[in-house]
This record gives sequence, structure tokens and C-alpha cells, in this order.
Amino acid sequence: MRLTDLPLRQPAYVDLIDWNALSASDGQRLREFGLCEGASVEALHHGGLLGRGPIACKVGRMTIAMRRNHAAAITVRTGPQDGLRADDEA
Amino acid sequence: MTGLPLIALVGNPNAGKSALFNALTGARQKLGNYPGVTVERKAGRFSLSDGRPIELVDLPGTYSLNPTSPDEQVTRDVILGKQAGERLPDALVVVVDASNLDNHLRFALELIALGLPTIVALNMVDLATRDGLELDAHILSRELGVPVISTVAVRKRGLDHLRTELESMLDANAGRVRPSGEHRDFEGLRQEARRIARSAIVRETPSRRLTAAVDRVALHPTAGLILLLALLFVMFQAVYAWSEAPIAMIEGLVTSAGDAVAATLPDGLLRSFLVDGVINGVGSVITFLPQILILFFFILMLEATGYMVRAAFLMDGLMARVGLSGRAFIPLLSSFACAVPGIMATRTISDPKDRLTTILIAPLMTCSARLPVYAVIIGAFIPARTVALGFGPLGIGLQGLVLFCLYISGIVGAMLAALVLRRTVTKGASGGFLMEMPKYQWPRPQDIILGLWQRAVIFLKRAGTIIFTSTVILWMLLSFPKAPEHGGVSQVNYSVAGRIANGLNVVLEPIGFNRDISLALIPAMAAREVAVSALATVYSLDADEDEAKLERSLGDRLKDKWPLPTALAFLAWFVFAPQCISTIAVTRRETNGWKWPLFMIGYLFVLAYAAAGLTYWTATVAGL
Repeated sequence: MRLTDLPLRQPAYVDLIDWNALSASDGQRLREFGLCEGASVEALHHGGLLGRGPIACKVGRMTIAMRRNHAAAITVRTGPQDGLRADDEA
Repeated sequence: MTGLPLIALVGNPNAGKSALFNALTGARQKLGNYPGVTVERKAGRFSLSDGRPIELVDLPGTYSLNPTSPDEQVTRDVILGKQAGERLPDALVVVVDASNLDNHLRFALELIALGLPTIVALNMVDLATRDGLELDAHILSRELGVPVISTVAVRKRGLDHLRTELESMLDANAGRVRPSGEHRDFEGLRQEARRIARSAIVRETPSRRLTAAVDRVALHPTAGLILLLALLFVMFQAVYAWSEAPIAMIEGLVTSAGDAVAATLPDGLLRSFLVDGVINGVGSVITFLPQILILFFFILMLEATGYMVRAAFLMDGLMARVGLSGRAFIPLLSSFACAVPGIMATRTISDPKDRLTTILIAPLMTCSARLPVYAVIIGAFIPARTVALGFGPLGIGLQGLVLFCLYISGIVGAMLAALVLRRTVTKGASGGFLMEMPKYQWPRPQDIILGLWQRAVIFLKRAGTIIFTSTVILWMLLSFPKAPEHGGVSQVNYSVAGRIANGLNVVLEPIGFNRDISLALIPAMAAREVAVSALATVYSLDADEDEAKLERSLGDRLKDKWPLPTALAFLAWFVFAPQCISTIAVTRRETNGWKWPLFMIGYLFVLAYAAAGLTYWTATVAGL
């Protein structure tokens, strides 16, 4: 499921990020915000009157806002956190 | 100041760096610019516990040493000792947000690896506790290999500890360390930061987050938008409602100063110069200090509480529709205070076309310098009554409503301009909107007061220099040559300025402007509020003896001399008014040439002329 389709306030994990769909600087900024495969993510708000605005989501302990084209490049999945990278184990 | 040890504050945006800077330096701050770039240099002094003075520089917040904007470039260059006009810091204080360690430690690790003496300030520990997070600074210090000090900058907690630690660090590192520019890979740093953050967490209980609760309303598509509009509306009402008493006080002071000078000096050139030129001219502008401070109070509060980014989030949908980034909202909102910092703030927009469009429309946001112009005209021509809202006893001030409409006209004009520009001269793909949303925070009153103080000083300096100079020049041009005693020609018409204005008036008459307006528009290019002092000087000089004795305010004089359509056209002109010299200068600097500032002047002149003309003729036809 893409981050754009993730229901609000449902905890999920980043499965895959299509870095090629993002510009180099946007990709860097997303990385700096802590977005990476395995990061926990939760959509909090959809902006804009007609739902075409940006998406506010929680990544780790941080809340970030991004436009839908960025969110569309991020695949997420809900459910138990398994098969993720070692460093994400608590 | 060059002899002092230099300490640089570095950190992610929203780590509370500026609060720490303010807490350490207090009011001993100096704002300047780095040479060659328009990045603001914020420096200040503070003393160590043994009294040794230290220079502290607050570097622009950045997420890594891999810059994506000119601001971030400066941070990197200063830390590496490559920035012109700045010496290599003797030590770094890395500010990290205690509740966002994973992210902030990554950058901290990158900075520590440079090898400069470094202290980590674990800031906002109180907010972390509020969020159910308990951290061990000792573990953190052991893992990072540098001292870690828990601080709450807004409550001045941990500052003494920080000073002591800095003292021993500076003593221990008398020799210079040259930072190495080597880069560690991002992924490695991220994982290490995560590991260290995990090890330092003593307890982590999920707790109700205040920010999340507020955001449910503030970011709601409809409720949030209503809240934003309500906030802006209250802001513009307050500009009028709260300023009445202080304005009356300042006006009283200006009048009594004028009277005192008039009483002591004999009638003549010097008295005319002091009373008509200096006191009336500069005084009429200083009167607006309360309103400007109220406006800045709201903008500083919106920024400090963390609401500004939420406003940008809400507006991004609209901004995207006219081809702008939601990020543009923040520079544009700052432009309500002044277009110069607004245009400088566009540096956070990475897309060049996005940025250029934002720069070009920034002057359409009603800056505080236009406020005196609006205020004097509204005060004179719009009755001070309340309009019923249709339900209950609640009413809103008509004057505030008109002011609100003027601001809205500027915004709508700017959006339309952006729409056209993005399809013509600044064509290109739309940029993005990628921002961190900081936690809500109640700002420290001292920080707000300090911000207001700095604005007041800037405004009064302008009043004392640019406005004073242009007023004095205008007074000279208006006072010479002297009209013959009984020639039946008024002094203003006979003067040099009057002759220039009469010439200019040929162009401006069709849009309802009279000679006095033409006269005021020329010096208003130096600073918009000069239009007010210029009008004050013109009418003060032109007033005959009887009138002068009545000591009538500028507003009353305007009411007599201008028909309503002219006043409205004048307001409309100033919505789009060609910007002041400072704006043109900063645009030239930010766009590296004369092409865009000239384009900006041109299109704004055309818009202003058209808007004023349209207003004048509509009002005339409507029989106002």
C-alpha cells in the first residue's frame, strides 16, 4: 500500500521507498527526516479542503509534512514488524 | 570582537537553538550579514563563570553537512572554517532535541567526527518528559565521547553547567584543531545514532501528546482553515483595537514637542524646519510604532509557538494550485512584516523557479511600512463604527474590516500574479513541500519581548535615518524658492517639489490623484511610510495661520482636501505600490542582477496604476 492510501492513525512501517521517483535533494531531505525502509510511520492528517493537499505523518518521533507525489513514492505495510533490518529491532 | 573565543551553536532546525542563544546572550546580540551572501549572521556575547567574554554565533539550522540551501551552506562553511568573514569556531555547541534523538544524534555524530571541541546540549528535556521519555545524559556522553548537558533553554535550566563545561573545554584546547572534511556514510551514521539513542532511553511510556491533540483541530481541513482565518482576522482587528491608547499618547508627545519648539523659537526658517519638517514629518511616522509592534507580536508568536508551519501545511493545497510551494507561505507571511526579511527567507525554497516567483510576489504582501499609510487614510475616511454581524450583539470594527480587505486584496493579487508568472516568465515544474512540523511550545515571554525590541529599534532607526533624511530633503524642496508674499501662489505650488509634482500629476491625474499625492509618492520610494510624513509636511507648510492654530491632525486635513474616491484610489495604489528601495536592493542581491528587480518594479507599477484607476472610476461612478 502506498503512504497516500494509508488510513489515518493506523501505525505502519515503510516497506520500500522508490528513491528514483524523488529528486536528489528531496530524497536527501526525506532521509534526513528519518525516512528509510523499516521506519515506523503513521499518517496523521490530510491537508487541503478537497483532500488534494499535503499529508502530515509521524515518522519515528517526528512529524513531517509532504506532498502527495512524495507520499506516493513510499510503500508501507501495516501489521507486525517482522523481516525488517537488524538495526530496527528494539 | 575578533579577539574573543568564538563558539558556534549548531543543530537541526527546531532543536531550540535560538532559544538557547537568547538564553545565553540575552539582549547582547548583533544582527548582521555574511559577506557576499544574504544569510543573516546572528552573534552575541556572554560571559563564562570566571567573567571571560565569549562570542557566540547562532548558525542556521540544518539537517546535515550536505547543504541544500544557501543558509545550510553557510553553516557548513563556518564549521569547516571556509566561510568568508568568519573565523573557525573554537568550539561547537551541538543542540539536539531530547525527544528526537534518532534524528538529531545523526547530525551530532557527523559534527563530532569533525574533531572540533564539542559539547552536546540535550535541549528541551522538559518536553521529552512531557511525552513520556526519560533519558540518561551520562550514557549519552559516554557513547558520544563528548560532554552532554541537559538543558531547557526556555527556562534557563542547565545554562550554568554549560558555561562551566565550555570553560574547561576552552582551557583544555588552547591549540587549534583543523576540522577534517571527511564524510561518513549516511546509513552508518543513522544506525549508530539509533543505537546510541536506544541506549540512552531509560524509560519510554506512550503518553497523550499535547501536539497531536491540538493538531487534530489545527490541521483539520475545515476547522483548521477557519482557525487560521480567525487568527489572521483577530490579528488585524488587534492592530487597531489595541493601538488606540499608545498612539494617542505618542501623538500627544509629538504635538507638545512641536508646541514647545514653536513657543521658544521665533517665526522663521529654523522653526519651520524643526516643526514642519522634523517633528511633524518624523513624528507622523513614529506614531505607528504601536501598530507595527502589535503586528510583529502576532507574527513572532505564530513562529515561536510552531503554528506557522501548520499554516503553511493548510495553505499548501492553494499554493500548489497557483504553482507555488507551501514553503512559500512562510516567507510570504513574514512579508506582512517587511518584504526584505521575507525575500531573504525564500532561500529555504530549493526550486529556483519557485523561489523567484515567491520573491516577485512578496512585495504584494502588505508590509508594516504600508500600515501607516493605510491607517491614516482609513482613520480619516472610514467611519469608526461597528458593523453588526447579523446575530447577537457582536459587532466588528468597520476600520479593521477595511484594513483586513486591503490585506486580502494584496494576497489575492499575489496569488493571481503567481498564477500568471508561473505560466509565463517563471514557467517550470512545480516544486515540493517537505517540512518538519515542530512540537507546539509556549514561547518564553523574554524571547518575544527581545524580538519586539529588535523590531522597534530597526523601525526607529529607519525613522531616524531614511525617513528623517527624505523628510528633510522634501521640506527643503518644498520651502524653496520662497513664494512671493502677496503673489496669490501657494508656497507648495511655487516650490521646486511642487513644480516636479505638477509635472508628474499629468500622468497621475487620470487615476484621481492630486498634486499632493504625486508629491508624496516620490519620497515614498525610499520607504513607504514616508508618504505619510510627506503629506504631513506638505499640509503643515501649506496650512495658513488660522488653520495652523487649530492644530488639526493630518487625518482631518486630508478629509477636507481629498474626495473619497481619491482616498480609495490612494489605498488601492498602495496595495500594489512599487516597493521601497530596500526591497529592490534585496531583490537584486537575491537574484544576482538587475533583470528581475526591474521586472518587478515594472509589473507592480502597472498593477498599482490599474488598480488605483479602477478604484477611482468605480467609486466616482458609484457616486461616493
